[in-house]
Amino acid sequence: MAKIWVFAEIAEGKVHRVSLELLTKARELGEVTAVALGPGASNHTAMLGEYGANRVLVHEDSAYAEYLAEPAAQTLGELVTKENPDLLLIGTTYNGRDIAARLNARLNCGVITDGASITLDGTSLKVSVPWYSATTLVDVTIEGGTTKLVLVRPKSFTSEKLVTPITPQVESLNITFDNSVKRAHIVESVVQKSEGPTLEESTVVVSGGRGLKQAENFSLLTALAEQLNGAVGASRAVVDAGWVPYSYQVGQTGKTVKPNVYIAAGISGAIQHTVGMKGAKYIIAINSDADAPIFKFADLGIVGDALKVLPALTEEIKKRKG
Amino acid sequence: MNIVVCVKQVPEPTGTNRMDPNSLRIVREGIDAVLDPADEFSIEAALQIVEAQGGTVTVVSMGPTRAAEAIRRGLAMGATQGIHISDPALSGSDALTTAKVLAAAIKRTNPDLVLCATESSDAYTGMVPGGIAHFLGLPQLTFAKKLTVANGKATIQRQIEGGYQTVEAALPALVTVTGSINTPRYPALKGIMQAKKKPVEQLTAADLGFGPDEVGQKGAKERVLGWQPAEQRKAGQVVKDDGTAATVIADYLASIKVI
Repeated sequence: MAKIWVFAEIAEGKVHRVSLELLTKARELGEVTAVALGPGASNHTAMLGEYGANRVLVHEDSAYAEYLAEPAAQTLGELVTKENPDLLLIGTTYNGRDIAARLNARLNCGVITDGASITLDGTSLKVSVPWYSATTLVDVTIEGGTTKLVLVRPKSFTSEKLVTPITPQVESLNITFDNSVKRAHIVESVVQKSEGPTLEESTVVVSGGRGLKQAENFSLLTALAEQLNGAVGASRAVVDAGWVPYSYQVGQTGKTVKPNVYIAAGISGAIQHTVGMKGAKYIIAINSDADAPIFKFADLGIVGDALKVLPALTEEIKKRKG
Repeated sequence: MNIVVCVKQVPEPTGTNRMDPNSLRIVREGIDAVLDPADEFSIEAALQIVEAQGGTVTVVSMGPTRAAEAIRRGLAMGATQGIHISDPALSGSDALTTAKVLAAAIKRTNPDLVLCATESSDAYTGMVPGGIAHFLGLPQLTFAKKLTVANGKATIQRQIEGGYQTVEAALPALVTVTGSINTPRYPALKGIMQAKKKPVEQLTAADLGFGPDEVGQKGAKERVLGWQPAEQRKAGQVVKDDGTAATVIADYLASIKVI
């Protein structure tokens, strides 16, 4: 049976949701080992078993929480070299990408990023990767007998608990770090709380882009989102411009959302943005440019000024709700 | 301060990319190519540091002959010099090989700071900067939306899912920057003229100690098996707002039972 390893990322005292999605996928592919690193990691072993881990390798060391990438890359590198799993799955998160890049170089192995489907026939791997703004699905493989590294974006797979949870075999790792991996020092973490339903959970997302002209106009989105009990998102351009915090960003470098309805106001539909929202069931776009790429795949497109349409829509919904 | 900025020439991001069905590689011929817009932020960040503290900015790129244009653009913005690694043997290199080759070229300049974009705007793997850091033996500070360099240390604000982190490392270090770090300058005419006279070192894979079989498509560990068009969403109804857009959208939301 193939040996499938999953990097179980612990963030803010929880297992990152993408790691649970990966465990769910991994158990279809073979015997699953989860690697959980960082303070409090051992608190999550039961949960990792619920999602399919037969075995959990745990190392509670504060270095993982205090230093970027290098402690985790070193530990994973040593473990992979020792046990040579067939696959190592890592979620495309900020930390996941940092660790994967370092690990890829360290192991001198093949890596596939943005895997959308994964099949394993014996040891022969096939991963589908969306290219060119997801217009083409390319099947990629890594040959040879060494461990293959695959990165997967959040929400590529659905997480599902096992009907009968596994009580995983837990092994505590005995590793001590020297200072060579303690270099990129995290001095402070600032969490910016956003109100209302979260982008990832909400069934309605109302997002804005450059077409809203200025930061103040984001309040038009908030008002509409409130009426629809939805969350507010944003394109990279306006997040980069500092209108709203990064936690609002939908797209390649931001969040992937799959709501029932996605309303895009003043967003042209650049690749960077669309990879994060194309999974929505219904897409409604409002844009003043009739040639905006977003109209090529929106279910309902309005060629018009979002600054006029948004408040009118909010009023109309209020009226209908009575 | 000796700063190296890694840059890449990419197909015009607003254009339509397509794949050559035979080579299974991206079609680059006949497609407009530009300096990756993501790289303008790292060049700007480097220029701001040397303008305040003195030093040099070296723009390094691995790419075909015409990638020299991307380097020239960096020089026109104000970078001091360029390094162009260009060799047919490098065609088809994967992220890991790219990182090895760039690291080998960067090593010769003995930098205090290496700057990269978070990811390229065409391939999006985001694997190259961390690889370069590994091969140079440097710490990596990533997803920087703010960067300060002082007292032998680089300090960044690192973008994370729900906020940011302050992260620091002693120099030399590698930093990846996001688009919110600054507003890149436009090259002035004077800069464009001066760029033509700035030195650009030409290197091949062999110059950096790589044999033809370890790089390019031969050295790549990943292999494309095939491809198919992805299932595409179809365009729905597009309506020009004649003052009734709110009603049209509300009717639609009612039809899908959202209100």
